[in-house]
Amino acid sequence: MNQRVAIVGVGWAGFRPATPEVSYKELMYDAAVRAYTDAGVDPRRDVESFVTVAEDFHEGTSIFDEYTPDQLGGALKSVQTITGDGLHGLATAYMLIRTGQFDIVAVEGHSKASNILTLDEITAYAQDPVLNRPLRFNTHFVAGMEMNRYLYETGTTREQCAAVVVKNRFNALANPSAPYGADLTLQDVLSGPMLSAPLGLRETAEHADGAIVMVLASEQAAQQLVDLPIWIEGIGWCNDSPSLESRDWGQAIYTAQAARMAYSQAGINHPLQAIDFAEVDDIYAYKELQTLEALGFFRPGEAGELTAEGFTTPEGDLPVNVSGGSLGCGHLLDATGLARALEVVLQLRGEAGARQLADVEIGLVQSWRGVPTTNGAVAILSN
Amino acid sequence: MTVKIKEFPGTSLSEKDFDEGKILFNYDELKGEFAWDTGIAIGSYLAALKEGLILGAACYTCHKIVTPPRTVCEWCFDPMDEYIPLLDTGVVNTFSLCYVTWDVQRIEQPEIPAVIMLDGASSLDSGPIMGGIMHKLGEVKPEKVHIGMRVKAVWKPAEEREGSVTDILYFKPIEN
Repeated sequence: MNQRVAIVGVGWAGFRPATPEVSYKELMYDAAVRAYTDAGVDPRRDVESFVTVAEDFHEGTSIFDEYTPDQLGGALKSVQTITGDGLHGLATAYMLIRTGQFDIVAVEGHSKASNILTLDEITAYAQDPVLNRPLRFNTHFVAGMEMNRYLYETGTTREQCAAVVVKNRFNALANPSAPYGADLTLQDVLSGPMLSAPLGLRETAEHADGAIVMVLASEQAAQQLVDLPIWIEGIGWCNDSPSLESRDWGQAIYTAQAARMAYSQAGINHPLQAIDFAEVDDIYAYKELQTLEALGFFRPGEAGELTAEGFTTPEGDLPVNVSGGSLGCGHLLDATGLARALEVVLQLRGEAGARQLADVEIGLVQSWRGVPTTNGAVAILSN
Repeated sequence: MTVKIKEFPGTSLSEKDFDEGKILFNYDELKGEFAWDTGIAIGSYLAALKEGLILGAACYTCHKIVTPPRTVCEWCFDPMDEYIPLLDTGVVNTFSLCYVTWDVQRIEQPEIPAVIMLDGASSLDSGPIMGGIMHKLGEVKPEKVHIGMRVKAVWKPAEEREGSVTDILYFKPIEN
C-alpha cells in the first residue's frame, strides 16, 4: 500500500492528420506493442488492469469499452473505459496501483479524428440540449467568448496569443511526431481568417490521428522492470460547473484547483522554482497563456508578455510545449493529455532527440477537455 | 409506484399533450457521419467478400482461426498476419427467433440471427476453430432451425457485391 507509482513504458503510433492504412484497433495495437516492449512486459502475463479513455460520440459506437480489450491484450482481464481526457486515465491507473490490488496497469488513449466527418456537429452535442443547443452556435463560440473575457480581464493582446502559435509550431519542427511544424511570423498568424472573434483560425489546433499507450507500475515492480522509471509525484483533476451562464469566463479556476491537488501531493509550493518545464493545453493559443497563469507560474496578465519575450521557448526559463503542443502535434481529441504526458516522459528520460532539454528533473503536464467544458487535469512527473 | 396510487392517481401524459405543446419537447437530429478506416484486417475481409470468399486469420501459437480476421491474437497477443479463406459452410452455434425489427416493429415471421461455425482450413484442423461468423438464416421455417444444423451461405450475385457483410444474403440449411 501507498507505494509510489511510475510510468515504465510508453508507446505511440500515428500523430498524422490521417491514418487511412490502419483501423483504430490497429493503431491502438501499434502503440500498445511499443509500450509493452518499452516496459519489458507481456500484456497477457504481466499487465493486470487496462484503462482506456474514449468518448462514444467520437468513436461512433456506443458503449465503446466493449471494443478495447483484444488489441490491448486485455481480453478476459480487468478493463474499463473512462469518458475523459488521457490524464484522467493516468489518474485512474495511478489510483488502481495505489490500492495495492494491482502492480502493473496499462493506459490507452487515441484519436481517429480524420474518420469523424461531422466533428463540429458532434461537438455541438456537448452543449446543453434545452438551454444552449437551440441557439445553434458552432461550439468554437465558447472559446471565442472565453478568450474575449480573458483578454479583457488581463490586458493580454491578440499578438501575445499569436506568439504561442509561432513558438509551438516552430518547436514542432524539431519533433518527428509533429505534423504541423512551421516557421511563422506573428503577422502570418494574425492575418488568417477569424474563427470566433477574437479567436483566429490559425490560433486553433488542427486535428490529428494517433494512439498512445503507457504502462504504469508500483514502485517495487517499476524498479524490477526498468532503469529509469518516471515517477508520478502528484496528479489532480477538477471540473467547474458546466453552466455557460455562470462560469468564470476569464480564468481557468478548474486548472488552478487541479494544480493545487497535484502540487500538494508533490510537495510543491513555488511551481516556477520547482518545475523545469511544462506541457500544457494549447488547443486554442490563448489557453496556453490562461493555463500558465492558472498553474501559478505567472500572475494573471503576465503570461502573454513573458511568452512574447521568449520566457517559454526551449531556451527560456520555463520551456512550455517543447513538443509543439496541440498546435504543432495536432489535437488528438481524448488522447491529448497523454500526448502532453508522453513528451514529459521522453524529456525526463533524455530521449527527446533534437528537442531534448538539458538537466530536467521535474515536468508538469496539464490538459483540458476542450469546449464547452470546464475540466482540467494536472500531473507532476519526475525522473 | 406508491401504495396510495388509488387515492392519488395523478394525471398521465397523453399524445395530445405533446401535440398541443403542453409538454416541453425538444426535437433534435444527430448529424453524426463517420468514415471508419477499415484497416488491414477488416479491409482484407470486406475485399474478399466482394470476391465471394470468407477470410479468417490464423494464430499458430494458439491453434485458432477467427473470422473476421484481425491483426492481433487476443489470446497470446502475437500478430495475426496470415489470412486464409474459409469454406462458406458450417454449423449453427446459436440462434434466436427475433420478433422485433431493428426499428422496433413487431413482426409475424421472425428474423433469425445466428452464429455459424464455419468449416475451417485444413492446416489447423487439429485445433479449435473459432471461425464463427455472425449472420442470419433464411430459406428455413423458424420451427425447423436448431443448434448444430448444417448451413451454407447464399451470396448476392457477383456483380451486385460491394465489399460488405451483406454480400452474403443469409445462410440456408444444407439439404441432406
